[in-house]
Formats: sequence, structure tokens, C-alpha cells
Amino acid sequence: MLLYFIKRLAGAVPVLIVVSGIIFALMQLAPGDAVTMLISDEASEADKARIREAWGLDRPPFIQFLNFLGNALTGDFGMSFRYKMPVIEIVMERLPATIELAVAATLIAVGVGVPLGVLAAARPGTAWDAIASAFSFAGISMPNFWLGILLILLFAGYFNILPSGGREPWGLGVEHVTGFLIIDSILAGRWDALGAALKYLALPAIVLGTNMTGIITQMTRAQVLDALREDFVMTARSKGVSEARVLWRHAFRNAMVGVVTIIGLEFGMLLSGAMIVETVFAWPGIGSLLITGISSRDFPLIIGLVLVYTGMFIVMNLLIDLIYTLIDPRIRMN
Amino acid sequence: MDNASQTTLSLRDRWHKLREDYRHLTGFKGIYGVLTIVLLVVFGLFAELIAPHAPNRQDLMLALTPPDWRGPHVLGTDHVGRDILSRIIHGARVSLIIATAVALFASVAGVFLGIVSGYFRGRIDSAIQKVAEIFWSFPPLMLAIAIVAFIGQGLTIVIVALTAQRWIPYCRVTRAETMALREREFILAAQSLGAGHWFILRQHILPNVMLSVIVMTSFAMANAIISESSLSFLGLGVPPSIPTWGGMLSDARSYISSAWWMALFPGLAIFLTVLGLNLLGDALRNQFDPKLKSH
Repeated sequence: MLLYFIKRLAGAVPVLIVVSGIIFALMQLAPGDAVTMLISDEASEADKARIREAWGLDRPPFIQFLNFLGNALTGDFGMSFRYKMPVIEIVMERLPATIELAVAATLIAVGVGVPLGVLAAARPGTAWDAIASAFSFAGISMPNFWLGILLILLFAGYFNILPSGGREPWGLGVEHVTGFLIIDSILAGRWDALGAALKYLALPAIVLGTNMTGIITQMTRAQVLDALREDFVMTARSKGVSEARVLWRHAFRNAMVGVVTIIGLEFGMLLSGAMIVETVFAWPGIGSLLITGISSRDFPLIIGLVLVYTGMFIVMNLLIDLIYTLIDPRIRMN
Repeated sequence: MDNASQTTLSLRDRWHKLREDYRHLTGFKGIYGVLTIVLLVVFGLFAELIAPHAPNRQDLMLALTPPDWRGPHVLGTDHVGRDILSRIIHGARVSLIIATAVALFASVAGVFLGIVSGYFRGRIDSAIQKVAEIFWSFPPLMLAIAIVAFIGQGLTIVIVALTAQRWIPYCRVTRAETMALREREFILAAQSLGAGHWFILRQHILPNVMLSVIVMTSFAMANAIISESSLSFLGLGVPPSIPTWGGMLSDARSYISSAWWMALFPGLAIFLTVLGLNLLGDALRNQFDPKLKSH
């Protein structure tokens, strides 16, 4: 099993190389001179040449790319043009915020979508089914930046009960041990800080989870309906198993494989959504960092983040494979 | 008299049969979806005739006028006094162009690569699938953002950027269907009669994958509209001189506490349009391909 995971991770390396190659090639197409990101446009040619040499921008693009790959293997993704810090440090500082947001959004999506989908499947054609269906189509069609703005308008503006953006209030004074504010607050035993962190997390997580909630509702409904038509359900019913037990123990458990697949497939959408949601809520994660990096042409930062994003996507799909074996013992790794 | 009543009866019968045969499309989802497309096309094509004001006419004296059902600015004005309703109507044009172009290019490229991949298999297939895998490993939207950010803003570039990943679902589905089709008797019969590969692909495979393509197109258009709005919202879409729904929402962010109407109506336009296309896609799927439903 361990061997299987090592093989899968090794198989991801060529994909990561090509992905960074594509981004690198796109960067070469960008108009303007990268050196102007590092030094004033009015600087003398000699100064510009000096900076170019120091940052390796004078070398041919292909050599720059090979250098980058060589360094990346040792965990060195270069220095950010804008922050003048190693890319890996900036990313690592911001990464927990995005993971926290993505996990919270997934929990909301699963917590709302799965029960709603099971309920709709248990009573097809009823009002419950119609409500679940309307809810899921609304969730799938909702532009997350619009929902974000509306919720800010409502909960931060009108009711004034939740913050409109950011991740923690000034001077919260919880030491960042893991970088996950919720875990850090619990570790420090600071319940006030935990409450504050949850308040800041609430709106962005709801907005980011809305789309996924809609999809999970639909998928759960379809999967449970399929499972309810299976022979083993009829067997269970004829044995006198209660309807609730048939639904949850028999039908739902078999539907879970499909639901987990969707969570894996939607993870990429979640990461893309995070770029927008983090921008709307000024959430200090890697999504908003990527947007500012792109608009300020911070090439080393962008390529580092693209690799982190793609890597997370690949690792997530591996995790999904692992979860399969836990849910369904018939599935074996090979 | 007799003849006439007979015709009405048969007409009515025919109508009932039609409704029964196409009950998914003539239900709420289908009708709402078709209506959405009709409105999008009408607004997109005839925005100048329908919109009460010019979309870019500024009137700073009237900036941030709230909605007034009787006034000249029914949905209010924005921070430089432009009419929100007129801008939404004109914004339909960009959504229509992008959705149509992305769906068209993505389906043509994706279906071509998909049926070639599924029909010839072997090396061509693995090469095409490798390319698909690489493009698919970018989180959606990230590749589009990078393309627009590095190459520059503009309608064509946004279309290219959104097509870059959209062809892949078409490719995957048509590939799988082609693989199943090529083992069927009528294909084998055509082959043994000496029909060429391209003739078979065009005459026998393509018509048989078209239903799935139509279903996917509705979803692809919904996706293109939401993606384009996201890009415009981030300031990475078409140039700001062209009114877009996402761009209007981007403007609204700075006036969120003082002018709610700037955010509410353009977002509602995106939401209702995308909802319509998603519902239509679902109706088409239920109508033509119940098998697809759980995937």
C-alpha cells in the first residue's frame, strides 16, 4: 500500500514539470520587462543589467526554467519579486489559512448536502425532494463572489453581527503554532479566540461551500436512489429491517463511494473558488496571494503557487483513493 | 364539419403526445431554460434598441441614485451615474458571445479529439489523453487567470482561456461513447463494406454522440458565463469599457454599504442566467439520456 502511494506520487512529478513549463512559457509571452518589477522604470540600463544578472533574468528562458526545476527539487522555489522573501516561506505562512477555509467549506457542504440528498431520495417526488432540488440548483448556479457580497451586505452591514473580512481581529494574541487558528486557539485554551476565529471563518466558508453543497445534494440523491433499487435493499426490507436502517446503513453506505468521488473531483473547483472568495473576504490565504501575485507579475511567486495548487490537487486525489478502501472493502489498491 | 373536428382532435392528440414524449423539456426546467436563452439572445443582439439609456453615459449629478420603479433609472445608477438596467442589458452581449464561442470551440475541438481518440485508440489515444490529463490538472479558472494575466485582456483571449480546459469533458464523454460504438454491428458492417475511417466517423459515430454533446453544451455555456464573470470581477476579463455583469459587481464592491443595488441586480442577472442553462441541461439530460443522470 505504501509502495502504491510512492508510485502514484512519483507519477505526478512529470505532470508537475509540464504544468510549470506551461506557466513558464505563458510568462515569457507577458508583455513588458520583468526587471521593472524589481527596479524603477527610470533606473539606468547598467543598474537594470545588474539586477537582471543578480536574479538570473539575463539567461535564456529555457536555462532559467531548468535552473528553476533544479532548485525546486531541493525545495527552493526562488525569491518573490514583490516580497523579496523566499517563495516557500510566504506560501507556507499563508497555506494554513486556505486549508482551514477549504476544510470548513467541505464540512459545511457535506453536513448540509448529504442529509438533504438522503432526505430527497427517501421521499422522491415530495415537497422535500422539490426543496432539495431547488436548493441544489440554486447552489450550483450561484456566483460565489455575488453571494459573498450579499452576505457581507446582510451580516456585516445590516445586522452587524459578523466581520466583513480578514481572518482574526487585531491583537488577538494567540501564538501561531500550527498556523490553523482554530487548532492554535484550542491548544492555547483560549475559547474567546476560538469564537473570534469561527466568526471570521463563518461567511467565507459558507460562500465557498455553497457550490459544493448543491453538487453533493444532487449526487447523494442520485446515488441513494440507485442504491435503493438494489436487491440487497429488498432483502433487508423483507428481513424486517426498519426503513431508517435500510436508508442509512444499507443504501447510504453504498452511496458514499460516489459522494467521496465528488468531493475529490470538486476539490479543484474549491481551490479555484478559494481564489475568488479569499479576494472578496480579504482572507490571507494562498488564493488571494495568487491573485495579487498575478496582478503584480511576481513570476517566482506565481509559479511556486501554481505548483502548490496542482500538488494539493494530486495529493487530494490520492487521499480520496485511500478513503475508498476504508468505505468499500471490495476496492483494493493495485 | 366532421373533418374539421377530426383535425382538431388529432391536433390535440398530437399535442398531448408531443407533451408526453418531451415531458422533461416541456416542464418547468425546460421552459425556464429556453426562456433564459431567448432573453439572453434578444438582449445580446438588440441591446441598443431595448436599453433605455446608453450603457456608458455618465451623469455624475445622478450618481448612486437608488432604484425607482417610476423613475428614469428603474434599477438605479452606479457610482458615475450610469444606468444599471441598461448596463445589465448590454452586459448580456458579452455573456452571450463568450458562452456561444466557448461552447462552440470547446465542443468542436473536444468532440473531434474524443471520437478520434476512441476510434483509433493506441498511440493517438494515449497522446490525446495525456494532453487532457495535463490541462485538467490545473485547478479550473487558474489556467484561465494565468492566460489572461500574461497575454493581456480582450474578448478573444478570454474565449481562448476558457476553452483551454472546457474541451476536456467533451473529449472524455465522446471518447467513451465512441469506444462502445465501434464494437457495434453497424460499424463493423460499414467497415467490412470498405467504408473509410473518416467516413465512418462522420456518418456513423458523430451523429450517435450528438445527444450527449447537446446536453453538455448547456452546462458548458453556464460554466463559461460564470467563469467570465469571475474573471471580470477580478479585473481580468474584457476591457473595462465594455459593460459586463462581473465588471459591474467588481465596481459595486467599493460601494457595498452605500449602494446595494449596484451589487444586487448584476449578480441576479448572472445567477438567473446560469440557473436557466443548468436547468435546461438537466431537462435535456432527463429527456434524452437518463443514463447520464447519475454521472
